[in-house]
Order: sequence, then structure tokens, then C-alpha cells
Amino acid sequence: MDFIQKRKIFYGFSIAMIAGSFLCLSIFGFNLGIDFTGGSLWELTVPDIQNDGLSKVVEYLENEELGQINVQTTNEDSLILRFSNISEEKHVQLFKGLREIIPLIQEKKFESIGPSIGQELKSKSIWAVFLVFFGILTYLWYAFRHSSFRIPSYRYGILAVSVLMHDAIFIVGLFSLLGKLKGWEVNSDFLVALLVVAGYSVHDTIVVFDRIRENMHLKTKGDLKEIINLGINQTLLRSLNTSLTTVFPLIALYFLGPISIKVLVTAMISGVIIGTYSSICLAAPLLYDWALRRV
Amino acid sequence: MNYKKLLVIIGIFIITILLGIFIYPDGLKERGIELPRFFDRPFSLGLDVSGGTLLLYEADLNNIEASDYASAMDGLRDVIERRINYSGVREPRVQINKSGEKWRLIVELAGIKDIQEAIKMIGETPYLEFKEIRTEEEAKAILELQEEESKKEEPDLRIVQTDPYFKQTSLTGQYLERAELGFDQNSLPIINLQFNDEGAKIFAVLTKKNVGQPLAIYLDNYPISIPVVREEIPSGKAQISGEFTLPEAKELVTRLNQGALPVPINLISQQSIGAVLGEESIQKITKAALLGFILVLMFMIVIYRMPGFLSSISLIIYVILTMSIFKALPVTLTLAGITGFILSVGMAVDANILIFEHAKEEIKKNKPMRISMEDGFLRSWPAIRDSNIATIISAVILYYFTSSMIRGFSVTLAIGVGVSLITALYITRLFLQVLTTNK
Repeated sequence: MDFIQKRKIFYGFSIAMIAGSFLCLSIFGFNLGIDFTGGSLWELTVPDIQNDGLSKVVEYLENEELGQINVQTTNEDSLILRFSNISEEKHVQLFKGLREIIPLIQEKKFESIGPSIGQELKSKSIWAVFLVFFGILTYLWYAFRHSSFRIPSYRYGILAVSVLMHDAIFIVGLFSLLGKLKGWEVNSDFLVALLVVAGYSVHDTIVVFDRIRENMHLKTKGDLKEIINLGINQTLLRSLNTSLTTVFPLIALYFLGPISIKVLVTAMISGVIIGTYSSICLAAPLLYDWALRRV
Repeated sequence: MNYKKLLVIIGIFIITILLGIFIYPDGLKERGIELPRFFDRPFSLGLDVSGGTLLLYEADLNNIEASDYASAMDGLRDVIERRINYSGVREPRVQINKSGEKWRLIVELAGIKDIQEAIKMIGETPYLEFKEIRTEEEAKAILELQEEESKKEEPDLRIVQTDPYFKQTSLTGQYLERAELGFDQNSLPIINLQFNDEGAKIFAVLTKKNVGQPLAIYLDNYPISIPVVREEIPSGKAQISGEFTLPEAKELVTRLNQGALPVPINLISQQSIGAVLGEESIQKITKAALLGFILVLMFMIVIYRMPGFLSSISLIIYVILTMSIFKALPVTLTLAGITGFILSVGMAVDANILIFEHAKEEIKKNKPMRISMEDGFLRSWPAIRDSNIATIISAVILYYFTSSMIRGFSVTLAIGVGVSLITALYITRLFLQVLTTNK
């Protein structure tokens, strides 16, 4: 398959996706979860908590559309629940509802809590992300130095990081949309998922670039278009197989795992798909286009 | 026939079985085999996976303007989080909680069963303050008032506990830039304090005002040093020369540098709590992950046949090896950490796929199996190396520059990818070499 020939289609597709992501983000924003916003903390004493008390409470609350609920048991026969901010009326209504199911239920406290992701972690993470970009750029600049005779090696690094950002923006946009459509909240899990997406994206891009690098050394005078296209086609089967093997466990987790990790798993699955797509259809063709321009 | 390599393989299997027993000793027990346990320790599990201890602190905001409450609490939150991270407990959850007019801090620590230990870790953060002397009249007045008050049946504690000799100033550990260990002329340990710009200004005003007077340094509400001010100190440098032993002084310096608490806190309640994700969820995750892994192995065997089977074995060895490292170090496993591990398993599988795809190309060139495999290894090595090193670099950067769950993620990812480099390059390769030379 001639990927280079069709690259304009991929570019168009990616530009549309990025634009769509920004559009979603600017219109819908994010449905931020309690890790970011804080919310309510509700402590209840539940009789029979060891048997079915716990599941009764959780089942009831899950039908009340409170977003993600964190449930923890304590050593004092009580439950600590954490969820989004709710009004006093809603609180009263929920407690009444629970009392109908479990007559002996008691309330220990109902209070507001702050976010668990602090200012420090936020600002540190932003710095860390820039340092990671810099680290990847520097390493690829060094690792691909012998290929500089056709394409300056710093370009591999810049493209790998750009493609990474493309993938991350897509995921961010997707979750902005899912937040609107399905009410999915973005919690600290999502940050971790973004890291996975970034890691997978760079990994995939490097594998494709490596094949192109190898081909350039085998045919030092060959047509660049052919060399790059050959590289893509040679890694195609590997990319497909690797994505499949990565997606298998994730799909198992999606269907068999608890609801609480659905956001994490969905973000990872879409990240693997977009990462595979972008390494093949974006990173390599962009390398070709950029190689045509002399410094 | 290569006996040496065969021996190495047998060695690898024996080590793997031993490590398998190390990570899941109950497996033997269930079958009625009792082994003497050496170096037996549980996995270190995170708050979300196994629960831990919840501590509730109330902040004393008496010396803070009401408008600054929120920012003081934010600062407090970050200092406490930093301290806990430093102590080795990974990924605590620290949240600000406003209950009526009271500001509290909910601190959750993973895997700590001994509550006293947890309290010690946080509670010992030194609260440093500087106090100036009261005038004689003031002291007298307070003493008289206290005497009167203590005769009452229900004395007002606030009056009784007021320090009659020293009064608070606005200079506290909040303005500390760093603390250093030093020695005085008699080689006794002293602690040098350096305030930040704001603190230096306050200190200059304070020393100017109190020339010839004592200025007391209080640590956790006890005076540890009461030096007399000789002259104004504009540099923001102060010195504590208490009766420290060297280890005491060292510990104090470390703790001061980890961040003095911006406001004092009191522990008001403590309880042990269950996993954030819930028992049931964790069982589900374990089952799904196991099934997913089996699917991957089956896929490898169906697609790549014999080499796929061999790489399945090396993947199992890889997983056991990595989990042993997690258990031995120990690495705290949280949801984020487990996610990092899953990513590294994916990359380990990819290394195998890369090798076989390359090898298949070589086979098509009509090379013998053994040479094709070896060439497959050699040709895929740059891709495996570069992609994994880039991942390790990223993980190391994330580890050193962030905290909490991002850190947990990067630890398992870095270890996982590092181990996968070794297993793909040595173990899978060794298997194939031995197998193909036998033909």
C-alpha cells in the first residue's frame, strides 16, 4: 500500500481530529472529577456491612447519577463515600432513600472535601512533561545521528514529540466529548492514561522510524519515497500484531473489570489505536515531507 | 549441541520457580507443602488497592488572616504530602476538608497498619517559631490573671496556657528557605537557618526591635534556644545552638528542610480504611488481567508457532521476574503503578513481535532457521533499544520531577521496560539458539 501517496488524506483526517478536539474542549470543557474539584464526603454507619449492606448502599447510589463514587469501608462498621458536590436537598433525599432500604443506617458526617490533586503536583507535572519532551528529543537526536546523511536526526525527535502531542490532544478531545455525551468524569486515572498514550505513541513512532533508518542504510542512494513507504509496509504487520496484543488485555479489563476503571481502560484502548495510526499514517509521511525541504 | 546454554536455561527455570514461590507462597501452602520461609514479605499495596489508615487533622489557623485560610491550607496540604512521599509511603491521599468553620486535613496512608507509626511520620514535622519577650508589666498582668483563673472551678484553658514571658511574632518556619548543619567553636552541632526574602525582612525588624533582649526559638511549642540579640540582622540568617546531639541535629535539619508546617495541626481522629477501589473490584481486575495475559500468549502461539511458544515462556518468566522485583524492593502497587506495568508488558510483547517479524523476512530469503532467528534479533535490536530507552528516560524524568500517582506509574514502567530489555535479549534469544541448534 502506498502510504506516502495517500498522505494528504491522513493529514486532512488528523487536522480535522485535532480541530474537533479543540472544538469539543472549548465548547464542552472537561467533566472534572472529584480528584480535581473536590466534592462531598459522606460517612455512614451501616449495619450488616460485611454481608450485603455495602452493596445495597452502592447499588442505590449508583442509580442516582452522582458521577464517580469512591467507596471505602472503615474498621468501625462505617462507609466513607466520596462523590461530586451535591445540594442539601439532594443529600436529604439520598439519606431518606437509603433509610428506606436499610432502616438502621446512620449518618456520621456529611462534609465538603478539597481536591486530592494538589497545586504542587499540577505545576510539577507541567514541568516534567516539558522535560520529558526535551529528553525524547535529545535521545532521538543522538540515536538517529548516523542517519543524518539523508534526514537531519533532530527531525526524528521533533516528529516523535509532535505525533505524541497529536495523540494526546485527540484523547483529551475524545474525553471532553465523552464527558458531554456520557457524563464520564476525568479523574487522576485519566492523567495516568494520558501517560500511557504518550508512552505508547513514542514507542510506536520509534519502531517505524527505526525501520526507515535501516532501509536508508541498506539503500543509501534509493528514492526516499520508496524507502519510507517500504519501511511503513514492513512494520505494518508488527504494528497490527502489537496493537492487538496490547488491546486484548485492555478489552478483557473493559468487560470484566469494575466500572471504576472504565475511563482509564477506554482512554488506553483509544490511545493504542490512535498511536498505531499516527506512527504509520502521520509520523512516517511527515518525515518524508520534511526531508524534502533542505535546511 | 550446546550443553552450556542448556545448563543456563535450566538455571533460569529453577530461579523462575523459586521466584514464583516468592511472589505467591500461598500457592504451595494450598497444596499442603510447607516450606521454611525466608525473606517473606507481602506485596506493598497502595491505598486504592488495599486500603490503609485515615488520619484526620485539624489546623490551628489562629494566627492567620481569614482571607488566607484557603492558601494556608493548600500550603499545608502540599507540605504534608511531600513529607509522606519522602518517608517512603507512596501515593498518599491528602485532602482539605472544611467542616463548618473548622479546617481539616484528611490524610490517607497506604498499607500502614500501625497507626502510631503513621502519626509519628506526620506529627513530628517541626513547627518552628520565633517569640519575643513580653514587657515586665505584661508578664505580671498575665501571671496575675492566670492565678485568678486557676482558682476557678472551670478555668479558661486559653488564659492558663498563655506563655507569660514570651509572645508570638509573625516569624515562623513558613519563611524558612533552608536549614543546614553547622558546628560552633566548641565543635558542638548547631543549626543554621536561612530565611527567604520575606522572612529576612521580618527577622530584621524583629532583631532591630529587640537588640539586647532575648529572642526565643520555639520548636513544637517548646523553647529550644533563647539567644540574646546583639544587633540587627538584615541577612535573614539565624542560628539555633541548643543542646543537640549530632543525630538529633541532623534529623532536625532534615525535617526542617522537608518543609516546616505553615500552621500547627492537631490529630483529632484516626481509623483504618478499606481499599478505594473495593475488594470486589480488585478481584475483578486480577481476573481480567490474567485472562488478558493468557489471550496474549495464545495469540503469540497461534501467529508465531514454535517461536511464539518460546516467547510465551520468556514472557511468563518476564512477568514473574518483574513482580519479584516489585515485591522485593518493595514497589508500592497502586492502580497507576499496575497500569505502568501493563504498558511495559505490552512493550515486552512488542519486542518479541519485532524479532519474529524480522526473522520471517530472513526466512523468506531462504536463510536457515537458526541464522534467520539470529538476524532477526540483531536487526530488531536498534528499534527495541531506542524505543525502550526513550521510555526509560521519560519514566525517570517523571519519577524525579513529580509525585504521587505519576511517580507510581513511572517506577513500575521503568522497572518493567528495563527487565523486558533483558528478557527479550537474553532469555528469548537463548531459547531460540538452543532449540534451533538442536535441529
